[in-house]
Amino acid sequence: MGKINCALIGSGNIGTDLMYKLKRSEVLNPLWMVGIDPESDGLIRAEKDGMKITAEGVDGLLPFIEEDEVKIAFDATSAYVHGENNRKLAEKGVKVIDLTPAAIGPFCVPSVNMEELLDQDTQNVNMVTCGGQATIPMIAAVSQVQEVEYAEIVATAASKSAGPGTRANIDEFTETTKLGIEQVGGAKKGKAIIILNPAEPPLMMRDTIHCLTTEEPDQEAITKSIHEMVETMQKFIPGYVLKNGPVFDGKKISIWLEIEGLGDYLPKYAGNLDIITAAATNIAEQMGQKINMANTVIANEMTNDASSTQEGL
Amino acid sequence: MDLQGKKIKIHDMSLRDGMHSIRHQFSLEEMTNMSKAMDQAGVPLIEVTHGDGLGGSSLNYGWGRHTDEEWLDAVVPHMTQAKISALLLPGIGIVKDLERAVDHGISMVRVATHCTEADCSAQHIKAASKMGIETVGFLMMAHMVDEKRLVEEARKMVSYGATTIYATDSAGYLLPDMVSSRISALKAEFGDEIELGFHGHNNLSMGVSNSLAAIEAGATRIDASLAGFGAGSGNTATEVLVAVCNRMGVDTGINLEAIEDAAEDIALPIMGKPTRISRDSITLGYAGVYSSFLLFARRAEEKYGIDARTLLVELGNRGMIGGQEDMIDDCAMELAKAKGLL
Repeated sequence: MGKINCALIGSGNIGTDLMYKLKRSEVLNPLWMVGIDPESDGLIRAEKDGMKITAEGVDGLLPFIEEDEVKIAFDATSAYVHGENNRKLAEKGVKVIDLTPAAIGPFCVPSVNMEELLDQDTQNVNMVTCGGQATIPMIAAVSQVQEVEYAEIVATAASKSAGPGTRANIDEFTETTKLGIEQVGGAKKGKAIIILNPAEPPLMMRDTIHCLTTEEPDQEAITKSIHEMVETMQKFIPGYVLKNGPVFDGKKISIWLEIEGLGDYLPKYAGNLDIITAAATNIAEQMGQKINMANTVIANEMTNDASSTQEGL
Repeated sequence: MDLQGKKIKIHDMSLRDGMHSIRHQFSLEEMTNMSKAMDQAGVPLIEVTHGDGLGGSSLNYGWGRHTDEEWLDAVVPHMTQAKISALLLPGIGIVKDLERAVDHGISMVRVATHCTEADCSAQHIKAASKMGIETVGFLMMAHMVDEKRLVEEARKMVSYGATTIYATDSAGYLLPDMVSSRISALKAEFGDEIELGFHGHNNLSMGVSNSLAAIEAGATRIDASLAGFGAGSGNTATEVLVAVCNRMGVDTGINLEAIEDAAEDIALPIMGKPTRISRDSITLGYAGVYSSFLLFARRAEEKYGIDARTLLVELGNRGMIGGQEDMIDDCAMELAKAKGLL
């Protein structure tokens, strides 16, 4: 089976990092890079790498979707334009993986709920936020053992890794992450805090997670669950490291993570890019395999039809 | 120094920065009593919020005994002349928190970012301007950048709609000439269009001197708090600043005896023990570390056996900024592991 053609919308930090991840995929083929600024670094790099590009936004891509068989699009623009982008792409039957905090589609944190989402076969999935991708698996690891009354996360990223879109809409990060903590992490109530640290050289992404369990925590079972989840995460983010914890203090469980990126676009400190682009690649590959399998079934049916016809003759 | 004839507004921090001194545990009655005493003494501006601003109540920074709205309700209806402000740190508080605070009677918001991250305040400053409340841009840890960068960041906040800009010495690190150069640079940029303010911490006992340097350079808003209650060694003591301003002919509009009584008879008994400059808080000012880290570092010292000063210096070396309280235990555990204590 051939690779599934994809379009990347948004040529900023996330879109460009995603481009490098997809180039290594055995399932997906990043064919288009869509931006709005012809001078943007992401578009220039994409063109150099042989991708088709447009600086006319999604409208510049739409006429080519059928001809180029684009099946999956990644939107890394902003929550404000995502709705419109998604509408246009959905009309053309394209599946959309949303890396903005728009949250039109269901939240996807691959290590927690990917299977469920693949079964639902939704047109749009939302990747929460970088902080959500890093921390929700840990909260889920606790809530899979016992009820979590409250979970709170502090995500710290290097200033250099946070582009103008993130900065201008920082509330969307806070609110979307909180919702993800509740809906996917399984905490009854969530809270998210984000800090941008300007230190030079830039600091590695750090995430701190605090959970309050309803009953006394089963320390052994929770510790085991957390370590298992860390291992699962390391399969697609090798730099996902449990730095400290879990520390138990009454009903409070605290976990400190450090996330080193692969250094595809921004240097390795920008684990906040990798955590969301790797998660998006992960779900897209599964979707791509499903599309391929569906095509195989259709192809087989056609062959069967043909052979039965022959037999009939 | 000739400050004769200058007029300033003192913005009292007891009910916001003072929260750090008591782990955000003011009762409603205490809030009412302190704010009434200040209002009657003529304090024109009073800030009321969790120490880390709207939405600050959390496991990370400490739960507030009450919600920001409950605290505001304990203060706002009693005010005869004082205006009430709230603090908001983008990344912690959100516009929805601000809307609720406006419903509960604030007439000013101070939007605070680290001194290099002003563009994170666009959403909140614009929203506040639209709501018609007075909007202040608050550039924290102002010692970490030079004058040029501070002006650049201030310009962003002004472009979003801030009408006052603060140079905030969150670490109590600045010395008078450094305050002077920062406020002067802002004054040279904005002239009389934008009001300027200074927020100090008394970690190196520079509270009053730095405030005077700021006034001389053109600041007309000065933050202070009753008996100096606030993070680290606290803020500039309101009653001391009023006394000095009186001597120098600076008009604050505050009655000296009444504010002394508020500090001594009302604030001090609530706080339990007076603010003093300890070896740990000197370290904050000396190493340039965020003042609210103090009590967290002391608790980590107790828990992990790492000297609070060592820990604070290490946090400074690692470039930790305001809001990164979560890194204190992390750093203490790392140091404890290296020493074989954990």
